[in-house]
Amino acid sequence: MQRLTRQQMAQRLAKDIAPGSYVNIGIGMPELVANYLDPADEILLHSENGILGMGPSAPENEIDLEMINAGKKPVTLLTGGAFFHHVDSFAIMRGGHLDLCIMGGMQVSSTGDLANWSLGRPGEPPAVGGAMDLAVGAKKVFILMEHNAKDGTPKIVEKCTLPVTGLGVVSRVYTDLAVIESAPQGMQVIEKLVDISDEELQSLTGAVLHFPVAQ
Amino acid sequence: MVNKFVDNAHEAVVDVFDGATVLVGGFGGAGHPTELLHALIDQGATDLTIVNNNAGNFEVGLAALIKAGRVRKMICSFPKASHSHVFNQMYKEGRIELECVPQGTIAERLHAAGAGIGGFFTRTSYGTDLAKGKEVREIDGEFYVFESPIRGDFALVLAQKGDRWGNLVYRKAARNFGPVMCMAAKTTIVQVKQKVELGELDPENIVTPGIFVNRVVEIPNPQISS
Repeated sequence: MQRLTRQQMAQRLAKDIAPGSYVNIGIGMPELVANYLDPADEILLHSENGILGMGPSAPENEIDLEMINAGKKPVTLLTGGAFFHHVDSFAIMRGGHLDLCIMGGMQVSSTGDLANWSLGRPGEPPAVGGAMDLAVGAKKVFILMEHNAKDGTPKIVEKCTLPVTGLGVVSRVYTDLAVIESAPQGMQVIEKLVDISDEELQSLTGAVLHFPVAQ
Repeated sequence: MVNKFVDNAHEAVVDVFDGATVLVGGFGGAGHPTELLHALIDQGATDLTIVNNNAGNFEVGLAALIKAGRVRKMICSFPKASHSHVFNQMYKEGRIELECVPQGTIAERLHAAGAGIGGFFTRTSYGTDLAKGKEVREIDGEFYVFESPIRGDFALVLAQKGDRWGNLVYRKAARNFGPVMCMAAKTTIVQVKQKVELGELDPENIVTPGIFVNRVVEIPNPQISS
């Protein structure tokens, strides 16, 4: 069984973003999703520091240190893009105006709780940024993360053991093995992305999975 | 004649007192008022509480102020960055306090202070470690956490252009916390890249009206520490 690469995971998630959506893309792996959006779809990216209509990374000769994204990397602005200040930017997030946000995850629980902001290590300064605002604010929250941690531990779990970012906030998880929805009955497998049996997928997951019933 | 222009950064920060709460604009390097912060180091005020999204980069601006031992407490959302070694070291040694606040909650707490609102309920952070000890209320079937205003004694902000009444425009993503910090402080001090005559700024495009601003100093080529 060959797991999806990070690029393939991003590409699979990108397929599910409706044209014309307003989307916030988090720092890290989610940034790869932007590479698979069709400009003709006019999917408008929001950056928490006050940009709507954010374009791709700035080429070397267009770097402007006052034109950066949430990860503080130089980016560009699409024609029609806009700037605004932090109160408005977080009104966009918290006020339910974004159709979707895509974040990385450390753990997702069977009830859609998300942990992605802290490893809870003593002595390390806590740093949350905009993660908690996004988690509660966007209409849908898609988590893009590997199915298992580097040591093989499942990242989809019955209950988060890491400090949570938000409770019951996750809509879907896109992993290197499957697309899984947080549904009223629990974690519902929408699609397997690799050649894997239901039993094996379940064995790599820390929460009970519900599989589609054969028609 | 109303004239909020002051001659230099040192004059602009002359009355910042020990123990003051100082709001510092910027997100990473964009909008960071480096020269006002350097003037504040020279001025000598200490035991400060600083509100900023981050906790300084490299050893300039806010990081230099922290390194000089002038900051008792940071209120910020994201102190960790690849170049925030000054803060990280001080934090590890227990020489600086940290109040970690979600980014949108910082913005709204400042807005509350500036707008005369005595606090607000937000869904952000409900059920997390950052909501511990805070009042929770159920509103329309959802749980909200109470957050109180953050008022500054001073705000240090960077803008693009300003006139003698203190009207301001910003540039690109350097706007970030500027407008709300201007509202939220008793004394707002702004460094602009360019002084302009009254009437040069299009009234339709003024982002911060001068009523929120007390002093403006022109620093033509500010240092950006990204």
